[in-house]
Amino acid sequence: MNWSWTVIWESLPRLLDSALLTLELVLVSGVLGLLLAIPLALMRTSSRGWLRALPFGYIFFFRGTPLLVQIFLIYYGTSQFSLFRETILWSVFSQPYWCAIIAFTLNTAAYSAELIRGAIQGIPKGELEAADALGMSSLLKIRRIVLPRAFGIVLPAYGNELILMLKGSSLASTITLLDLTGMARTIIARTYTPLEIFFAAGMIYLAINGCLILGFRLLERKLNRYQYFRAPDVDNASVEPSA
Amino acid sequence: MDLLGFGHLLWSGAWVTIQLALVSLVFGLVFGMSGAAAKLSSVAPLRWLATAYTTVIRGTPELLLVLTIYFGGSMLLMAIASEFGYSDYIEVSAFGAGVAALSIAFGAYATEVFRGAILAVPRGQWEAAYVMGMGPVQTFSYIILPQVWRLALPGLGNLFQVLLKDTALVSVVGLNDLMRQAYVATGSTKQPFTFYLAAALIYLGMTVLATAATTWMEWLANPAARAPQGNRA
Repeated sequence: MNWSWTVIWESLPRLLDSALLTLELVLVSGVLGLLLAIPLALMRTSSRGWLRALPFGYIFFFRGTPLLVQIFLIYYGTSQFSLFRETILWSVFSQPYWCAIIAFTLNTAAYSAELIRGAIQGIPKGELEAADALGMSSLLKIRRIVLPRAFGIVLPAYGNELILMLKGSSLASTITLLDLTGMARTIIARTYTPLEIFFAAGMIYLAINGCLILGFRLLERKLNRYQYFRAPDVDNASVEPSA
Repeated sequence: MDLLGFGHLLWSGAWVTIQLALVSLVFGLVFGMSGAAAKLSSVAPLRWLATAYTTVIRGTPELLLVLTIYFGGSMLLMAIASEFGYSDYIEVSAFGAGVAALSIAFGAYATEVFRGAILAVPRGQWEAAYVMGMGPVQTFSYIILPQVWRLALPGLGNLFQVLLKDTALVSVVGLNDLMRQAYVATGSTKQPFTFYLAAALIYLGMTVLATAATTWMEWLANPAARAPQGNRA
């Protein structure tokens, strides 16, 4: 077998270019997914039974089925209904880009909602009781206490979710999008050097993930700095009993 | 469930999906156990190798792994075989490539689960076994492993769910699994939503069954939780 570095070097600009689309997919659906996940998580932690039950079916479906099925349902499935095909909606659902965004958004919202729910339930009870004791309305309590606290708690887990999303974004290539994986497959169809090009694509994914992990670690150090605070060692700094 | 006469096709696809998941699980557990053993080994190069394995695999998409093994695998195998004087064409089947990719991916995550579980067994138990005159192999198989199983089960259950859903990726390289059969049915009936929804519901049923099985195994593996309240004291 002849391993060719030249073919990697020559396709690198196109691969990096397509990596931008991958990043765009993750970023757009990540933000939209988070916006959707917050109300879902608040509903899941509500004290009203019917409000808790509402998002259950949605979360259950999106966490229990493969992402590929969800993408195909949205991209191919919607064409079955004239509601989608013959109205203005079709200008969105006929485009693989928007279908991918919608599928990733709905998927990550379901996973993130569960993570945020866990974080909200992880807030020490005393802090919520303190907010009640101060006479905060429930909306004010959510805005000032629940969400900021949950944000700090959920951060490491959400970093993992973003990594899974980045990996999941490679499925966009199955509905003809030229993301990093799609571009790699296109190049291979011409050069027939699967090992080299997939290796290069894999390394780019790895590098993006490395940056993500690093970024989240820095963010966590900054936002959760109270956890990293070390009190000056008063006990041992003072006089030690002489032996 | 008939589904315009395509029901049996979906069920046969579901059976392929189940086979793929179970075979990958077995190999994946072997990879995970070996990875954990390497990570906890006192030989530094083994530790580096295991760290490289988990870092690279967990950082790249599973789809890329499936594609690499399916399209690159036969090139790689032929190159290796030609070293031994075998020059015929070798083809990697979609099922074989799927098992390889999914078990490698499962193994990378399972490595961390097993490592955590082994470390969670208190050190004193190794020492107690040593005092009883047990060798390291005996200690591992009689004392540590039964506890690792109990500690690792919840994590492994989650990983199996992920594995089950990732089997759909192998349809991209043409394996006749549930996903692929739904696609085939879509081609002749022009009812994509019906068939992808049916496939989604079958996947959902599988993940529910897998969750139930994991819960049951956790219950079996934990005699303390199983014992009637009166027997505790």
